[in-house]
Amino acid sequence: MTDFTNLTLEGALAGLKAKDFTSLEITEAHIKACEDASELNAFITTDYDNARAAAKASDEKLAKGDGGLLEGAPLGVKDLFCTEGVRTTAGSKILGDFTPQYESTVTSNMKRDGMVMLGKLNLDEFAMGSANETSYFGPVINPWKVDDNLVPGGSSGGSASAVAARICLGATATDTGGSIRQPASFTGTVGIKPTYGRCSRWGVVAFASSLDQAGPITRTVKDSAIMLQSMAGYDPKDSTSINEALPDFMAACDKGVKGLKIGIPKEYTMDGMPSDIEELWQQGIKWLEEAGAEIVHVSLPHTKYALPAYYIVAPAEASSNLARYDGMRYGNRVAGEDLNDTYERTRADGFGKEVRRRIMIGTYVLSAGYYDAYYLRAQKVRARIAQDFKNAWEKCDALLAPTCPSAAFPVGRPVNDPVQMYLNDIFTVTANLAGLPAMSVPASLDKDGLPLGLQIIGRALDEETVFAAGAALEKAADFKAEPEKWWSA
Amino acid sequence: MSAKETGVTAETVKKIARLSRLHVEEDRLAHLADEMNGILAWIEQLQEVDVEGVEPMTSAVEMAAPLREDKITDGAVREKVLANAPKSEAGYFVVPRSVE
Amino acid sequence: MFTAERVADKKDWLSGRDHDWEMIIGLEVHAQVASNAKLFSGAATEYGAEPNTQVSLVDAAMPGMLPVVNEFCIEQAVRTGLGLNAEINKYSRFDRKNYFYPDLPQGYQISQFEFPIVGEGEIEIEPEGGEPVSVGIERLHLEQDAGKSIHDLSPDDTFVDLNRSGVCLMEIVSKPDMRSPEEASAYVEKLRAIVRSLGTCDGDMEKGNLRADVNVSVRKPGGELGTRCEIKNVNSMRFIRQAINYEARRQIDILESGGEIDQETRLFDNAKGETRTMRSKEDAHDYRYFPDPDLLPIKITDDFIAKIKANLPELPDARKARFIESYGIPAYDAGILTASKKKAEFYETLAKGRDAKIAANWMMGDLFGALNKAGIELEDSPVDAVALGGLLDRIADKTISGKIAKQVFEKMFAGEGSADDIIEKDGLKQVTDMGAIEKLVDDVIAANPDQAAKVAENPKSMGWFVGQVMKASQGKANPQAVNEILRKKLGV
Ligand SMILES: [Mg+2]
Ligand SMILES: [Zn+2]
Repeated sequence: MTDFTNLTLEGALAGLKAKDFTSLEITEAHIKACEDASELNAFITTDYDNARAAAKASDEKLAKGDGGLLEGAPLGVKDLFCTEGVRTTAGSKILGDFTPQYESTVTSNMKRDGMVMLGKLNLDEFAMGSANETSYFGPVINPWKVDDNLVPGGSSGGSASAVAARICLGATATDTGGSIRQPASFTGTVGIKPTYGRCSRWGVVAFASSLDQAGPITRTVKDSAIMLQSMAGYDPKDSTSINEALPDFMAACDKGVKGLKIGIPKEYTMDGMPSDIEELWQQGIKWLEEAGAEIVHVSLPHTKYALPAYYIVAPAEASSNLARYDGMRYGNRVAGEDLNDTYERTRADGFGKEVRRRIMIGTYVLSAGYYDAYYLRAQKVRARIAQDFKNAWEKCDALLAPTCPSAAFPVGRPVNDPVQMYLNDIFTVTANLAGLPAMSVPASLDKDGLPLGLQIIGRALDEETVFAAGAALEKAADFKAEPEKWWSA
Repeated sequence: MSAKETGVTAETVKKIARLSRLHVEEDRLAHLADEMNGILAWIEQLQEVDVEGVEPMTSAVEMAAPLREDKITDGAVREKVLANAPKSEAGYFVVPRSVE
Repeated sequence: MFTAERVADKKDWLSGRDHDWEMIIGLEVHAQVASNAKLFSGAATEYGAEPNTQVSLVDAAMPGMLPVVNEFCIEQAVRTGLGLNAEINKYSRFDRKNYFYPDLPQGYQISQFEFPIVGEGEIEIEPEGGEPVSVGIERLHLEQDAGKSIHDLSPDDTFVDLNRSGVCLMEIVSKPDMRSPEEASAYVEKLRAIVRSLGTCDGDMEKGNLRADVNVSVRKPGGELGTRCEIKNVNSMRFIRQAINYEARRQIDILESGGEIDQETRLFDNAKGETRTMRSKEDAHDYRYFPDPDLLPIKITDDFIAKIKANLPELPDARKARFIESYGIPAYDAGILTASKKKAEFYETLAKGRDAKIAANWMMGDLFGALNKAGIELEDSPVDAVALGGLLDRIADKTISGKIAKQVFEKMFAGEGSADDIIEKDGLKQVTDMGAIEKLVDDVIAANPDQAAKVAENPKSMGWFVGQVMKASQGKANPQAVNEILRKKLGV
C-alpha cells in the first residue's frame, strides 16, 4: 500500500482522478498522521469530522469524473483565514471562541475547488513573529531536529511544519514580511507569496493591510502552482484586488529559464551570515546558469532600509487594524471599572507581548508630532525600495537571493533584543514593501543538516517567471532530504 | 529628529498605552520605554535616506479605488452579526455603560 | 478667504461689562448622503429599522472585512461641491481617524483628512433682518457615520445599534465667517436648500440627516480672535441659535471674570438650552490619521465632473440671479423667493403673465404674513399660486382695488372661495361707471363748498376729497377715475 502521506499534491490529485485511491483513504491517512504529530503543535483546531464529510463528497464527484482543481486533497488552513462555522483565532487569546459566520474568499475558492480542510494551523499571534513562538496556543515545533526542538519559522509556522511533516498535502499561509518564505526555508518546503492583490484579503484577519498577501506552502513548486491557481483571483470585495486574468501557473513551471536574465542583488548579504548560505547562493547562481539563464549583477541600494521601514509601516497599520479587537462585539471581554478600563484590560489580557509591543510602536509612530518623521518617511523610503526594483527590471527578469540569513534555531532561544528577531526577515520584507511575487525553494542542507532555501523575486504580476525559475532551481537542487520522523507515537 | 530628541519616557509609554487602550502596570513602564527606545534607535537609520521629492508609497498597487453600485446587497444578517457577541439583548450589542 | 476683518453688524454685538463683544462662528455640517446602501458596504440606510438589521459584517468590523466605495456617494459629493461653487479635487483619499468608542466598531472612522474630495467654495446667505453675507466653504469630505449608543434601556449597560454605522456623510466645513446666530441658521438653511435642490441629502434635521457642529468664539469687535469651543450635533435651526447665544454668553462671563476659555468639545442640552463639557472627549485626542491601506485613492476624471455638471438642477443662487434678471425684482426679494424650491415654484406660477413686482409683494407681504401668523408652511397654504394669481388678475383688470383685494385675500385664506366667488358674493366689484362716480363727486363737493374753494390754492388737499368719495363708494370706486374727475371739477 502506498504511504498516502508521502504523496505530493500533484501526485495525490492524479491518483484521485485515476481512482487509484479515494479521498477518504488519503484523508484518513492524513488525519492519522496529524494525530500522531500532535507534538508538533501544528494545529490550533482540527476539523476531522467535516474533513471526512468533505472527502466523501469529493469521492462522489470524482466517481462521476467531476471535481475541481483540488478535489479531494486534504489540506491545512492557516488560522488567520476566517472559516465559516470553524473557530478562527489568529493565534490570539483575544478572539476567544470566535466562530466566523463567513468564509474567506481564498478558502471559499479552495472549497469550491474541492479542498478537504483538515483544520486550522497554528501561527504567530496575528501573524506577528518569525519563529511561531508568539502564538497563544504555544510554539510550533519544526519536524527538522538537531538535539533541541527547533522553531519552524513564522508566522506561518504551523503551515510549514505540517507540510514538512507530511501531515497535510499543502497549506495556506500568509506573508506580510516573509511569513511564507522564511518558514518554508526553515522547514525545507516551497512557499510563494504572489503579487500583492493576487489573492483576496477578504476574510483574512488583517495584520498590515498594505503588505499582507496569502499564498501556499507545499512540498514542490508544482504543488504551489496548483494551490495558488485555486487561491488567487479577482475579488470585488477587496478594493486592492487586481482585476487581471490569472496566468496558468502550472504550465509556467515547465517553461525553463533558457534566455531569462537572472539578477544577483549584491546587497542580499549580512554580517554574521553563515558561510553555508553564501555558498548556497553561489551554487544557485551556477544551477540557473547551467539551466540556460543569463546571470547579471544588480544593485538594490536601499535594501538595508527595508526592514526598519517595514517596522514602521507594519506596526502602524497593525495598531489600527487591531483596534477592532475590543471585546465589544466578539471575542473575550475582561470587565473593568468602566468602559475604558474594560477596553484596557480586555486588550492587555487578550494580546500577547509581541502584539502589544507592535501596537505601541505603531501608535507611537502615527501619533501627533511623529507622523512625518516616522510614518511618512517610511512610506517615502518604501517608494525608494520599489524604485530600486523597477530599476533592476531594466536589467533582469527575476532576482535570486537567499531567503533568510540563518537556518532554523532552537525553540525558546532567549530574545533579549526584539530587533535581533526582526532580522530574520531582512531578505524577505523587500518583496512585501514593493508588492512583488517571491518564492522560497528548498535548496540544500547546512552543515548541521538543516534545510536552507533560496529565493526568487519577480516582477509584479509575473509569477510565471518566478515559477519557471523556482522549478529550474528545484530540479537542479534535487532536494530530497526529509526530516526524520521522531514524533510518531 | 534624533533618537535622543524622540526619547520615549515612562510618561510617553503611559500616554501611548492609553491611546492604544492597553493596560500597563506602573512598574512596567520604564522597561517598555527602554524596549521602545531600542527599536526606535534602530529605525533612526532611515534618516540617512535621501527622500527629497519622493512621493510616499501608500499602496503596493498602482490603481484607483474600484467603485461599486449603490445597491442593497447585504445587511439583513442580525443573527450573524450578533452570533459572537459577549453580551447582547433585544437585538442590541450590550456594552459597559458609557453615558454622556 | 477667511474674513476675520469683517466685523459684525452693531445690532449683533453682545454688550459686556466694559465693552461690547462680537461672535465668530464657523460650522461643520454633517449631511447624510441620500444613498440606498452604505458608503463601504451593501447594507441599507433606511431610517427607523429594527436594531442591527441593517448591518453587514463589514459595518460590524468582523475580522478580515474590507470596505469598497459606493460610487453614488462619490457622485453626490461632487454634485454638492458643484452646488457650493467649490473646487472638485480630482485626487482624494480616505484616511483612518483612530479612536475607541463602542459605537465605532472598527476602532477608527474612515474619513478624508489630508485630501478631501471637495475643496474651497463660497455661498451667499440672507440672514433675517440683515444684509446678505458671503460665507466661505473650507472643504467637503466624505466619511462614515458611527452607530448609536442607547443608555436608557438598562440602568447598568449601554445598548449599541449599528444600523447607522457606515452610513455615508458629507461633512461640509465652513470658514469662521458668521457673526450672529441668525447668520449661522441662515447658513444652515441655505446649505439645506442647496442639498435638497440637488437631491444629495434630504436635509431632514429631525432624523439627524443634517446636523451641525458649531464652533463659537468671542472677541472685542474687530479685535484678536478668541479661543473657540465646538458644540457637537445640534439638530435644529432654533437650537443652533440657542446654543450660540448660550455659548457666547458663557464665554463672555468667563472672560469678564478674568478667566480663560478652554478649547473643548461641548454638548448642547436641548431641554435646558445649555452647553456642557463632553466627558468622553476629555482625553486630549490624538487621532493618528493615516491613509486607509484597505482603500485606494479616488480619482475623478473631467468627464465624470462634466457629466454631473450637465445634469445639475438650477440651484438657489442661479435661480436668484435669474429672478433678478428676468423678473426685474430686487435682490432682496429674489433671495427670499428662492430660499426654497417650493417658494420659487410658487412665485414662478404666480408671476407668469402678471406684474412680477406686484406678485412678489403679494407673496412676501400678504401671503407670507398670513402663513406666518397661522403657523402654516407654504406647501400647506390654503391659497395656492393659481388662486392668488386669480386675485391679482382682478386687480390688474381693475375689477377691484388693491385695498379691496386685501379683504378678498383674507376671505380666500379663510377658505371662503376663489377671488371671483368672493367679489361676486360680497358685491365688491369696483365702480367704473363714470356717471356714477361723477354723481358721488358732485355730492361730496356740494356738501363741502368751503373746502372745495381752497383746493385751487392748496392742490394737496384734494386727497381729502378722494378719501371722502371712496368712503361714499364703500371703497368700490375706481380710485383713478375718482382722481381724474375730482381734478377736472376742482380745477387742479
Ligand atoms: Mg466635527
Ligand atoms: Zn465628521
